[in-house]
Amino acid sequence: MTKPKKINEFLYFALRNKKLRLSLIVLLFFILLAIFGPLLTEYGPKDFAGPPAQSPNSDYWFGTTTFGEDVFTQFVIGLRATLIVGLVGGGLGTLIGILIGFTAGYRGGLVDEILNVLTNIVLVIPTMAVLLIIAAYLEVRSVATECLFIGLTAWPWAARAIRAQTFSLRNREFVDLARMSGKKSFNIIFTEVAPNMMSYLVMTFILQFGGAILTAATLDFIGLGPTNTISLGLIMQYSVLWGALPLEIWWWFVPPGLAITLIVGSLYIMNVGLDEVFNPKLREM
Amino acid sequence: MKRYFLRKILIYLLTFFLAVTIDWMIPRFMPGDPVTNMIARASINSNAASVMYEYYTHVFGLDLPLWQQYLNFWGSLFRGDLGISVYLFPTPVVDILKRAVPYDLALLLPSILLSWIAGNKFGALAARSKWLDNTVSPLSYILTATPYMWLGILLAWFFGIVLGIFPIAGAYSFSLSPSFSFAFIWDVLKHWFLPFASLFLVGFGGWAIGMRNMIIYELESDYSHYLTALGAPTKLIRKYAFNNAILPQITGLALQLGVVVAGALVTEVVFSYPGIGYLLLAAIQNQDYFLVQGCFLFIIIGVLLANFIIDIAYVLVDPRTRAGMQGESA
Repeated sequence: MTKPKKINEFLYFALRNKKLRLSLIVLLFFILLAIFGPLLTEYGPKDFAGPPAQSPNSDYWFGTTTFGEDVFTQFVIGLRATLIVGLVGGGLGTLIGILIGFTAGYRGGLVDEILNVLTNIVLVIPTMAVLLIIAAYLEVRSVATECLFIGLTAWPWAARAIRAQTFSLRNREFVDLARMSGKKSFNIIFTEVAPNMMSYLVMTFILQFGGAILTAATLDFIGLGPTNTISLGLIMQYSVLWGALPLEIWWWFVPPGLAITLIVGSLYIMNVGLDEVFNPKLREM
Repeated sequence: MKRYFLRKILIYLLTFFLAVTIDWMIPRFMPGDPVTNMIARASINSNAASVMYEYYTHVFGLDLPLWQQYLNFWGSLFRGDLGISVYLFPTPVVDILKRAVPYDLALLLPSILLSWIAGNKFGALAARSKWLDNTVSPLSYILTATPYMWLGILLAWFFGIVLGIFPIAGAYSFSLSPSFSFAFIWDVLKHWFLPFASLFLVGFGGWAIGMRNMIIYELESDYSHYLTALGAPTKLIRKYAFNNAILPQITGLALQLGVVVAGALVTEVVFSYPGIGYLLLAAIQNQDYFLVQGCFLFIIIGVLLANFIIDIAYVLVDPRTRAGMQGESA
């Protein structure tokens, strides 16, 4: 009986929260656009769809590039790649962070010490530099490899934060009780520790999601994005390389950057909203 | 305090060791072979290609056993030899990087420090103040979510093209030659301003949000309530809150360095600003692997040094680390 009531309470505060509502609407809009947008266009991302450098009009909603490619087509297909990288790359980063954070925080001792040194090392190395050098040597890059790179380098801060939380939960009485009852460590972590920091894990994922999108945009922009498709970062790179600035083709570089800013911004604001929902102290009355 | 520094230094040394190892390993173990690529670019007949291949394998020492290649790599690193650039042949990579570094420092140091200071100030003011919180905070969220290069592109477009007040490419006009004249310095400053501004603005947003949230958290804590109960002036309570809130912001500065450096790389690409980011793009486009590796090492060394400086600053600011109480665990 208690469970549905709790979910109802959560939904009640979640839907009452303006920040959460706003950010969900923005995210949902972009997700739907990424799913159904490509159906609205008859061109491929690299097709020469029309006359070059057209400003937005009824035929070419976002105008065309200097080569006559349709910016709207590139935008919706790039949006897909960008959201996938955020979801998968950010998800992978969260997963590794959870595994390392739980292990280090729950086990303690030497395991913790070793994982801590590892975390600190990866934390200090500018991950972008490592990504650059790996990506530079790979001749064929796909969205999947980009997700993998980002996930494998983005986990340290998550691991560190989750470790600290686990550490503080580890010696609570209910965890001690579970340990005395002879439960396996793995079980205790997932039935006693994890549910008590669920909100924290969700928020970690949201931040990793936004971070992965920004990292991917940076990689794409420096010329190390996927080679077989288009992404929002790549559109911006092409626009700068092919003179959108001096030619004043603003419709080429404004949509991709604006979409990234709105997506990442609404993720951050969603995080604040969730924080207020989970933590009654912060609610605006 | 000694323990704190020993731990930190150990981690930095390990990191450096690992980074150099990665730098050595990646070109050798990745699919594809730089020497083959280089020869393929020259497009010569296959007979000559195989002779060339052997010659270059020998010149780069790739025919030695792996452990010896690894030791040689460290040896030449300590002699300051990072190889010769293919793209700017025959300039040594170290010389190219040395020319680029001043531009990076000129962009990064002021933008990091000023955005940190200004962000903290505004964030602290915005906490629990109605209209500042309603203006500064949403703006900060938008700024911190903006990709560095997009803000750069927008600034370049608006101030460089539409208004035409700032130049949008290079570090100084080609018509001028470097000198200590007023005209030249003014020109350099004008070229520097827009890339600096885009780095500053994105950074500002992040620090303002962090500080605002920390201050609210501190104002909710027991000591603040106690001071309020005692009737202490709000200004004093806020001062204490600020002193406590600044500590995580210093740690945050260290964690954020990698992101800011990455931001500087793409900003330099937007403005064709001749720092390491701009070099890196050229190196990648020309498949100049020595230059890519050199850029990587310079970035790592720079970030490690900056981390170390922040560690020292942390000890100066937080008395607990000095007293050996381990205020912040390594």
